Amino acid sequence: MQNDKATNEKINDDLLRPLRQTGWAWRVTVVVCAIFLLAAVAAFAYQLQRGIGVWGINRPVFWAFDITNFVFWIGISHAGTLISAILRVTGAEWRRPITRCAEAITVFALMIGGIFPIIHLGKPMLFYWLAPYPNERGLWPNFRSPLMWDFFAINAYFTGSLIYLYLPLIPDLALVRDKATGWRKTIYAKLSLGWRGTQRQWHALEKAVQVMAVIIIPVAVSVHTIVSWDFAMAIQPMWHSTMFGPYFVAGAIFSGIAALILAMAVIRKVFHLENYLQPIHFNNLGLLLLTLSLLWFYFTFAEYLTTWYGNEPHEKVVFQSKISGAFAPLFWTMVVCCFVIPMPILAIKKLRSISGTVIASLTVLVGMWLERFLIIVPTLSQPRLTFNWGSYRPTIFEITIAVGTVAYFILLYAVFTKLFPIIAVWEYKEGLTVSPLPHPHHDPAGATIATAE
Amino acid sequence: MSETTPTNKPQWAMVIDLDRCTGCEACVVACNVENNVATVGAEEAAKGRTINWIRIERYFEGEYPDVRVKFRPVMCQHCEEAPCEPVCPVYATYHTDEGLNAQVYNRCVGTRYCANNCPYTVRSFNFFDHVWDAPLQKAWNPEVSVRSRGVMEKCTFCVQRIKAGEAKAKDENRDVKDGDVTPACVQTCPTKAMYFGNIADPTSEVAKLSKSSRATKLLEDLGTKPKVIYLNEGE
Repeated sequence: MQNDKATNEKINDDLLRPLRQTGWAWRVTVVVCAIFLLAAVAAFAYQLQRGIGVWGINRPVFWAFDITNFVFWIGISHAGTLISAILRVTGAEWRRPITRCAEAITVFALMIGGIFPIIHLGKPMLFYWLAPYPNERGLWPNFRSPLMWDFFAINAYFTGSLIYLYLPLIPDLALVRDKATGWRKTIYAKLSLGWRGTQRQWHALEKAVQVMAVIIIPVAVSVHTIVSWDFAMAIQPMWHSTMFGPYFVAGAIFSGIAALILAMAVIRKVFHLENYLQPIHFNNLGLLLLTLSLLWFYFTFAEYLTTWYGNEPHEKVVFQSKISGAFAPLFWTMVVCCFVIPMPILAIKKLRSISGTVIASLTVLVGMWLERFLIIVPTLSQPRLTFNWGSYRPTIFEITIAVGTVAYFILLYAVFTKLFPIIAVWEYKEGLTVSPLPHPHHDPAGATIATAE
Repeated sequence: MSETTPTNKPQWAMVIDLDRCTGCEACVVACNVENNVATVGAEEAAKGRTINWIRIERYFEGEYPDVRVKFRPVMCQHCEEAPCEPVCPVYATYHTDEGLNAQVYNRCVGTRYCANNCPYTVRSFNFFDHVWDAPLQKAWNPEVSVRSRGVMEKCTFCVQRIKAGEAKAKDENRDVKDGDVTPACVQTCPTKAMYFGNIADPTSEVAKLSKSSRATKLLEDLGTKPKVIYLNEGE
C-alpha cells in the first residue's frame, strides 16, 4: 500500500511538473515563436491592405502556398485521430502516455489549417458568406461546391476533436484543481465540471470517450477525403483521380504520425518525461510510420504508373514535368524524404531508436509538404491550352505566413503544456492497474515504472 | 453536372472563322474599351496577371523556313456544362436561362476555384485595386461595372449589349433577330471573322454556320458543350 501511494505521488509530481515549473527552454520557445507569429500577422495585415497580389500567385497558378499549407495542416491533424481513437478502440495499452499529445495536435493543426482557406480569399473579410444563414443576398451557399463540403467537414472535425480532447481531460483538470490554489483553483474547478471521481462519473466518462472515439474515426477519414476532392472533383490533368481520397487519407496519417513523434521527442526532453515516453513508444509509432511510408510509396507508384501508361497528352505533360522537367528536383526530393530515407531507418530495428524515428519524421514532414505542393502547382502551371502556361515563385509574404503558422502551432502547443498535463495522468495510472490479457507482462510502460520505483 | 433547363429564351452563341482571323487583336482592344477591362502595367503583366476577356492564342507549326502560324481568339466559351459553375461556393458564377455563363462580381469572395477548374484558362483575377491614369477613367463604359480587388472576371458576351438588344426587340414587339446584338469584338473584327446570335433560332447565321463541316469546339471531348464554335482553317 505504501509503495502504491508513493508511486501515485511520483506520477502526479512528474506529470504535473510542467504546470508548476517554467524552464528556460520553454520561455525561449515561446518568445521566438511569438516573434515569428507577429511577423506573419504583419504580412497578412499588409496583404489585407494592398491586396492578395502581394503573393506570388498569378494566372494560371491561382493556388500555391496557401492551399499547400492548408492540406498540409489538415493532414497533420490526423495524428490525434489515428493514435488516440484507433488505439483506444482496439485497446492498445501502449497508447496511454501519448493520447493527449496526439489529440492536442489535432485541435491545433485544425485551427491553423482552417486559417488558410480564409486568408487566401480575394476578400478574406467575406469568408462567412460560405456559411448557410439567412442573408441579405437571399442565397444559400452552393452545396455542390467541394469548398462547401470542406467547410462542413472541417467544422465537424474540429468540434468533434475539441470534445474528444476535452472529455479525457476532465479527471486531470480535477486533479490540478485539487492541487491548485487561488484563482487557478477557481478556473480549474469550473473547467473540471464538478468532477469528483464517483463510480457513476467514471462510467459516464468512459462511455462518452468510447463513443467519441468511434465517431471521430469516420469523421477524420471523411475530412481528408473531402480535402482531396477539392482537386479530384476538378477536371484538370492529374487532379481528376479516383484514388485521391485514400491517397490523401494515407498521406495525412503519415504526416500526422511524423508530427506526433516530433512532438513527443520534444516533450520528453524538455519536461524530463523519459520514464513515461519510452523507446517502446517511438518504436511502435515508428512501425506505424514505416507502414504508412510503404503505403505512401504504393499509392504514389500506382498513381504515376497509371498516368504514364495511360499516355493521355495533357496528363503526360504534367507527369513529365514532375519526373524529369522543371519540378523534378522537388519531386525526387519528395521521394527521398518520404521513402528513401525514412523507410530503411524505420525498417531496421537498430535504427528505429528515438533519434532514428525523429530523423525519419523530419524528412517525412518535408516530403509530405512537397507532395501537396507538387499536386497543386505543376497541374495549374500547365493548363491544357499551352498558350497559357505559367510558373510560380513564392514571395516573402507567403513564406512569412507559412513559417509564422508553424511558429503559431508550436506556441499553442507550448502554452497547452503549461496549462494542462500533456500526458493523461488518470489514463496512465489506469494502465498500471489494468493487466492486458492474455499477456500480463506485456505493458512495458507500466512494467518499467514499477521497477523504477 | 447538368446546368441546363428547357427554355424558349434565346441561346447566345458565337462562331469564329479561323480562316479569316489575321491575329490583329483589334477584338482585344475593343473588348478592353467596351468592358472597362483594366490594364495592369508591365510589371504585373510579366508576373502573368494581365486581365483579358479575349486573347489571341498564337501557335507555330513546323520548323523554319516551313513555318505556319495559327491564330485562335479565345474567350469564355460559355459552356453549357461549365466546370467553373458547380465549384463556386457562393454562386458568384452561374448559368443563365439564355445559355450565358454569368459572373456576379459582388457575390464573389475570391476562392479562385472557378479559374482553377476552367480548362480554357479564360478567367482573370483582380489581384490588386487598379489605377486608371487620368483621363482614362473618363472612357469608362457606364453600362459595365468596374471590378474591385479580389474578384474574378471574364467575358460576358457583352451582356449589356444583349440586354439592350433584347429590350429593343421587345419594344418592337418581335423576337430577337440577327443584328440586334453585336458584342464589341464581333463589331470590331476587320475581317468579319466573328459572328454572334441566337443559336436556338435555326434561321440565324450562327445556327447555319454551326452546321458547317469546318465547325469544331475547343476541347470538346471534355463534355463542356462550349457555346463558341470555331470554323477550322481550310487548306
